[in-house]
Amino acid sequence: MSDAIIVHEVYKKFGKSKKWLDRVALFRRKKVNGKEEPAMSNGRLNGDHKPIVVAVDHVSFAVERGEIFGVLGPNGSGKSTLIRLIATLLLPDQGTIQVFGYDVVRQPREVQRLINRVSVEASFFKKLSPMENLIYGARLYGMAGADIRRRVVEILTRLGLEKHSIYKPMEEMSRGMQQKVAIARALLSQPKILLLDEPTTGLDPRSKREVQAVIRELNQDYGTTILLTTHDMLEADTLCERVAIIDGGKIVALDTPHSLKGSIPRNGHEPTLEDVFLELTGKQLVKEAED
Amino acid sequence: MSALLHEFRATYAFMERNANLVKRYWTWELVWMTYSIANSLSVSYIGLGMERLGGGQNVDGRYLVLYLVIGTLIWRYLSMIFYWITEVISIERWEGTIEYTLMAPIRRLTHMAGQTFFAVVYSLLFTGVILMVTVALFDIDLSQANLFGGTAMLISGSLSFIGLGVMGSILPLLFPERGAQMTHVIIALLLLVSGVYYPIDVLPPILQKLAVFSPATYVLDGTRGALLQGLPTRELWQYAWPTLIMGIIAIPVGLWIFGQAERYAKRTGKLHRNG
Repeated sequence: MSDAIIVHEVYKKFGKSKKWLDRVALFRRKKVNGKEEPAMSNGRLNGDHKPIVVAVDHVSFAVERGEIFGVLGPNGSGKSTLIRLIATLLLPDQGTIQVFGYDVVRQPREVQRLINRVSVEASFFKKLSPMENLIYGARLYGMAGADIRRRVVEILTRLGLEKHSIYKPMEEMSRGMQQKVAIARALLSQPKILLLDEPTTGLDPRSKREVQAVIRELNQDYGTTILLTTHDMLEADTLCERVAIIDGGKIVALDTPHSLKGSIPRNGHEPTLEDVFLELTGKQLVKEAED
Repeated sequence: MSALLHEFRATYAFMERNANLVKRYWTWELVWMTYSIANSLSVSYIGLGMERLGGGQNVDGRYLVLYLVIGTLIWRYLSMIFYWITEVISIERWEGTIEYTLMAPIRRLTHMAGQTFFAVVYSLLFTGVILMVTVALFDIDLSQANLFGGTAMLISGSLSFIGLGVMGSILPLLFPERGAQMTHVIIALLLLVSGVYYPIDVLPPILQKLAVFSPATYVLDGTRGALLQGLPTRELWQYAWPTLIMGIIAIPVGLWIFGQAERYAKRTGKLHRNG
């Protein structure tokens, strides 16, 4: 099976290194408690400088065509940065990312034609209706007006939205409904790869199940390759064929959920993905807001 | 052909989206329109006020009113184009949709073209309403005016303000918190040096030198020449060519600068931050 996404040795940091300041004596060292301290230590600048954050640290993996691939990690682990790098919204400092053979830095438009993304925040023009928002989004992907209207109604009713709410402003909708509209926006462009950045975070259990059913259906019926980030262990376990566990920007494990669970000792019960994560990182997964 | 059709549809997407936003925010549009009309009228009444204050001697109030009306209307039109284009980023930052628009498979030229077409149409209609109210309140005599020439000057000036708008739109891209406010500085400086409400020769020499670089200077001089003095269209060429050249240079330069700024924003992660 060929690869849909190839991520090779990708590194991304945020914050300025300000190395040029080190050449100026005034900035080279600062005194803390009477002792001189270097301007930089542990990858972070001292004093008032902005800290350097390594978001993705030499990450490599490949997602197979038609696969649902999960990226698990706590808040701030680098999941969203990884999605943004693949979505051409960030440029990597090092390494390469290919989407169906196209390089995200050198051939961004070719990549953009093949992908779409749903993020944890359902970002829309809040005064506009789902229909107006989705028409706008679909036209950017080259779709014609009459065709869009028909498909918007079709997809949104399939996702459980009532017809009358399709024409009401987004700001009058619940968070769960907004997230369904966000999924509809991504589906309209019929992407070969769908990047789902915590699509079910903050949804009620019923909405969560409906969204998960759509993800499964998309993958099974249309062969859409899906890269899903989540910190919901059960979601990853039930949806994903393979899972990468990311912590501090590094991938600490990558395998099928079954193999990952089999890789750690049983402590009187069947291990869960959460146990795997705790065993590998020693950290608790946070189930609240995203990084 | 299909690629071209795709870009046309995307251009239309921005026009249609902005029209929908105007429709949904109609109360704000009404407030903004009222403010703009009141503002233009206040400035124009200075002309009649000067006549009264000067005792009617050596002050032609009607001429002054028309001089100021032209200034306010042209300035409203040009600055409105500028602001609509600079809002290409800030409006999406405000709504949180910027990442979705910038990851769409379209050229930045297409993106800007959509925003620009809408800006020109909206600004023309908006200014037209102010003009109608102004004409209704003032006894303006345009019988000797070259209306065609005045309109041609206005359109030629649009090009350079489109270029300036594209350049200005990088500020909200690079400075998420204060970028939108920074664009006011550009417009304030142009207002100062361009002779919107006064002839530029009342300015100190240094500001007069700066006026040469403002496209608004030529648009105002040309339009006033056409409407106040009735200059024939061919004589307006002396005002039209500098602003046309500025536009022809400013638009591609603006697009290039925007491309660099977008790359910088993608390298430093500034797209994600909401101001």
